[in-house]
Amino acid sequence: MNVLIFGCGRTGAALALQLAKTHTVTVIEQNPEAVRRLGQRHNCKVVIGSGIDEDTLLRAGIAQTDAFFAVTRGDNTNLMAAQVAKINYNVKHICVRVADPNRAQAYKDLGMYCITPALIIAGMMRDWVTDSPYESIDVYNNLPKELEVL
Amino acid sequence: MYLILVGGGNVGMQLAKKLIQRGHEVLLMEKDSRQALRLATVLGEDSVFVGDGCEIATQKQAGFNRADAVVAVTGEDEDNLVVCQMAKVVWNVQRVLARVNDPTHEAIFKKVGVDQTVSATSLIFSLLDQQITTDEFIPVGALAKGNIEIVETVLSQRSPVVGKSVREISLPTQTNIVWIIRKEQGVLVSGDTELMAGDTILALVPGDQADALRDILVAKV
Repeated sequence: MNVLIFGCGRTGAALALQLAKTHTVTVIEQNPEAVRRLGQRHNCKVVIGSGIDEDTLLRAGIAQTDAFFAVTRGDNTNLMAAQVAKINYNVKHICVRVADPNRAQAYKDLGMYCITPALIIAGMMRDWVTDSPYESIDVYNNLPKELEVL
Repeated sequence: MYLILVGGGNVGMQLAKKLIQRGHEVLLMEKDSRQALRLATVLGEDSVFVGDGCEIATQKQAGFNRADAVVAVTGEDEDNLVVCQMAKVVWNVQRVLARVNDPTHEAIFKKVGVDQTVSATSLIFSLLDQQITTDEFIPVGALAKGNIEIVETVLSQRSPVVGKSVREISLPTQTNIVWIIRKEQGVLVSGDTELMAGDTILALVPGDQADALRDILVAKV
């Protein structure tokens, strides 16, 4: 599978290094310094640039990408990149990191697969301290009533 | 009309000022509290909202549900895109407009449902383009299912055919200059007609010869 990861922070680097064992991985990152997280001996292709810039996406092989991950720390950057990948390049599997739970919900309603790390962590911690059995990630990832704004 | 602007930079501030002068109810959203304070001294406190226009909670407080239009004018295209999309999808706002900084992004804005985009880069570019290249070659219409084109061009000083008679120009095959408009008057064309700068040329040309005709009439940039 051709995997394209936008954002080489801790999440992006961990994802890239693990997937690169069995898949072809390309990483897009704006900051050349951040690419160091991949270490010396990785076998990922690295493209310096922004995942909302179509020239950069094309250089990174978006046209042949099977799975696209938008995992920068900018929710809006991730959401825009994911929509470019979906609408303009018809990428099959798209996963977006969205830190804001309500924003994530709005885009889930539009059919995007959004992951909100804070919800997963909070849910797991709640179940750990109350000695409840752990639930599936998708359950944790749902917007809890307590946070609903609308 | 209730108009919500997101992004209190120069564009947002000047726009808010004009809209307030027109008598509209305007709310300018700016997430940086110090910048918001500056804006409030210019626009009045009631017209400025401190908060992130991308957050649903803030949008709710700002009254997105009753906005007649939402205009996103931050300097970041991704922020403008998300503001506009949420205005449409979550709040069902009728008119949603965005400033687009990178003109190549205009297409994706349209595709996600933003009603109107404005790109300063594109505007300045097209103005410049008109000033630099006066030799436009405009397809006016088509005959015979597009096999024959009607084209129009205005000859500039730099056109290679200025000062020549029609007979001296070797036109592509089956091509005819049918009409010249000179000083708002039509001029019947004969072989002796001399072409002058400022003339509007109307020609009939086979579709596959249009480029060749352009090369003959129009100055290279």
